[in-house]
Amino acid sequence: MNPFTTLIATAVPLRAENVDTDQIIPARYLTAVTKAGMGEGLFAAWRYGSTGELNPDFVLNRPQYAGAEILIAGRNFGSGSSREHAVWALTDYGFRAVITPGFADIFYNNALKNGLLPIPLSENIVNLLLDLVEEQPDTRILIDLPAQLVILPDGQQVSFDIDAYRKQCLLEGLDDLGYLLAQDAAITLYETSLNV
Amino acid sequence: MSNTTTSPKTLFDKVWDAHVVKQDPGAPAVLYIDTHLVHEVTSPQAFNMLRERGLAVRRPDKTFATMDHAIPTRPLPPEQWPADARTQVETLRKNARDFGITLWDIEGDVQGIVHVVGPEMGVTQPGMTIVCGDSHTSTHGAFGALAFGIGTSEVGHVLATQCLLQRKPKSFLINIEGELGPGVTAKDIILAIIARIGIGGGRGHVFEYRGDAIRNMDMAGRMTICNMSIEGGARAGMIAPDETTFAWLKGRPFMPAGEAWDRAVARWRTLPSDEGAVFDRELTLNANELTPMVTYGANPGQGVAVSGRIPTPEQLDNPADRRSLLDALDYMGLQAGQAMAGQPIDIVFIGSCTNGRIEDLRAAADIVRGKRVAGDVRALVVPGSKAVKAQAEAEGLDRIFSEAGFQWRNAGCSMCLAMNDDKAGPGQYVASTSNRNFQGRQGPGSRTLLMSPIMAAAAAIEGRVVDVREMI
Ligand code: SF4
Repeated sequence: MNPFTTLIATAVPLRAENVDTDQIIPARYLTAVTKAGMGEGLFAAWRYGSTGELNPDFVLNRPQYAGAEILIAGRNFGSGSSREHAVWALTDYGFRAVITPGFADIFYNNALKNGLLPIPLSENIVNLLLDLVEEQPDTRILIDLPAQLVILPDGQQVSFDIDAYRKQCLLEGLDDLGYLLAQDAAITLYETSLNV
Repeated sequence: MSNTTTSPKTLFDKVWDAHVVKQDPGAPAVLYIDTHLVHEVTSPQAFNMLRERGLAVRRPDKTFATMDHAIPTRPLPPEQWPADARTQVETLRKNARDFGITLWDIEGDVQGIVHVVGPEMGVTQPGMTIVCGDSHTSTHGAFGALAFGIGTSEVGHVLATQCLLQRKPKSFLINIEGELGPGVTAKDIILAIIARIGIGGGRGHVFEYRGDAIRNMDMAGRMTICNMSIEGGARAGMIAPDETTFAWLKGRPFMPAGEAWDRAVARWRTLPSDEGAVFDRELTLNANELTPMVTYGANPGQGVAVSGRIPTPEQLDNPADRRSLLDALDYMGLQAGQAMAGQPIDIVFIGSCTNGRIEDLRAAADIVRGKRVAGDVRALVVPGSKAVKAQAEAEGLDRIFSEAGFQWRNAGCSMCLAMNDDKAGPGQYVASTSNRNFQGRQGPGSRTLLMSPIMAAAAAIEGRVVDVREMI
């Protein structure tokens, strides 16, 4: 996993609530046995027309949002299926952070395990950010993970919550597996003492 | 003595506490997993990770795989399967072989939707922790297990270490008092709960379902309810095991037998929440007041009583809810304030891990018996497992469905998620017994109306949404 410390990037406003993982990547894109190229299926139903052409009206396809690395969306983002493909699609497309008023639990966990920073902010702030990047698509937002701050060009700051352990993993680019493998003795003791 | 040993515990607390291997200060708990279920779609990248890091599966004896999502449910020889489905199935076979785990293969006698097969085989047991790379793993909570869906990275962690790093969720007690009326089912209870709390309402919590209506319910109904806990945003749903649970499980292939069975049951009897155990949240519904439900929108919380009307934006307080309603109605081609009864449908899908069990098929067949599917409605019945299919055929249910004009399929996920060859077309309305009505869930542009198996059967016969109580 790539470490995440700070990011300065533009953002895409996706004005939708309850964006579920079937929307982020439809099941027909789940047939791969690797993670490569998952970005192609990102928001497929919205991004492509019926013959596979790009839908010019969908916000991700508008030229002013090209190269954005932050996604801003409505509440309960990533609900539904546990498919980690949704996170792989977002990171493969180039997103490094998602800002919403709230995430579904499994999506939130999956994001952290892939170096995609999920940032929950209040609904009011998210609405302000949506307005801002709709009006000024070239707004560069600074995300400072060590300080847990989202900072706007005019200097406004908003702080966000993240589990201290998860934050450390992101900063160092560590995944859970190393930690779990290091618990081998405790796991063996658990198994033998309970005879499982 | 610390008061944690004396204060009353919930069912969830008991299962959680018994599985904490280690808890470092500041870090999440290392939680031991008793049963790990695997399917072809969310596992390949996890096995790849094991290979890249040179790791083995720590407990192949606790790891069970089957194939359900990508496989066709039409009787097709494998040569005629779509190439990518064949690749996923072949990949799972190779992974099961290379890592020495049990595979319930489509070529064998045991196979089906992972959440139907697990309980049938008895690898789902009270008091266990159970995970799978699938959000509907919550189904297994019906047996008093703590069961939840995980992502593919976590599948890899469990394969390698039999453990997960987890923070303990909060608890949410849902009481269903009273008695269900005729034509009202477990599916209607869970759709009513989600309509009430919203699809994010259970976030960060584990539900425990309790009350007379749950006590009197069979295991199939309990599984339907726990299955859709995730649609209420919960991490898991649980029901305390009781005599109904034990009777259902006894004699299943992986169940203990003889004295070991008696010891297990004695242990399981200690699982129910203690008197006075405190939950972080509580909700009570009265089953007597519930009616058959149907969804009108593009998430499972957008549901109403079949006799009801779609809400209008003015009835909703929150601007986000209004926007979500308008988006959904636009997608669904339905009107605010419209009555749901009478809405024409194009396809009927009876199946899935929510409602693909023998009890579901029996109930639907009772509605269908001696009748015909309306006009050009396309109707499918897809058993949840090979065992369900065989049982249904032994009871002659397949003939009742076939004679009425339903297609009778092999076991699998089928049109629940449209990643195999069963898809609804753009704009088509599907009366579906599955669990998700998301945009495009059953095929690009498909429009899903979630309902119970008997409601779906009634819709098939009438060609439109009807209150099944008029037919019983
Ligand atoms: S039946 Fe549907 S919800 Fe259940 S496991 Fe299969 S795809 Fe998922």
